[in-house]
Amino acid sequence: MRIPILKLYDCLLVSIQWELDDQTALQFQEDLLHKIHEIGASGVVIDITSIDFIDSFIAKVLGDVISMSKLMGAKVVITGIQPAVAITLIELGISLNDVMTSLDLEKGLEKLQQELGE
Amino acid sequence: MENQSCVNIQTEWDIVAARQLGRNVAKELGFGIVDQARITTAISELARNIFIYANKGRVCIEKIYDKGHAGLRIVAIDNGPGINDIRLAMEDGYSTSGGLGAGLPGVKRLMDEFDIVSSKGKGTEIVATKWIR
Repeated sequence: MRIPILKLYDCLLVSIQWELDDQTALQFQEDLLHKIHEIGASGVVIDITSIDFIDSFIAKVLGDVISMSKLMGAKVVITGIQPAVAITLIELGISLNDVMTSLDLEKGLEKLQQELGE
Repeated sequence: MENQSCVNIQTEWDIVAARQLGRNVAKELGFGIVDQARITTAISELARNIFIYANKGRVCIEKIYDKGHAGLRIVAIDNGPGINDIRLAMEDGYSTSGGLGAGLPGVKRLMDEFDIVSSKGKGTEIVATKWIR
């Protein structure tokens, strides 16, 4: 199943609603970059409120897609990281440095607007 | 043994099956949400290691009891190439597969107990345990 990517003005909005398997994660990486290219998006919000764990593979795919989006000129904010996810990511040794994050979707969109407004 | 269930790891879908099994057992045993995430993540790392390095193997999830304490034990076994240098493999950031290198040292931090036995050409067995606090 593919993760839906919604257009919101010049931004893209993604809400990951179910546990990611490897294929879905890689497909999403490709889909997002194509969509950024297609609509000329300048910002992306990826909400992961429903995700209850992230392993090193998913973390790498997420980190990579953020770097790739940056190369294409789009800024990405990750929102909704759950406490359990934050704890396990750090214990696992993954800090996702240089990734913009916000507590929830609302704050994420605000942050993106500020970033893009500057 | 009814306290143990196993998933054969042959495809990347089996990684999903293994961590779902682990999460269900962790829930049943009464682990909190954070420990459930730790256990699920640890299983995912170990199952993926099998898939990447050994192609196939087995992940077993066991309910264990010791002096009135309940715990969950993950046993990950493969007959793959083995690990050349376990000390190096346990270092943060070390990877021979282009991954993040978070796998084994990460799993050790996520779990309470961690044991690894590996011999070159014969395979690897990792046992990791989490106790309910």
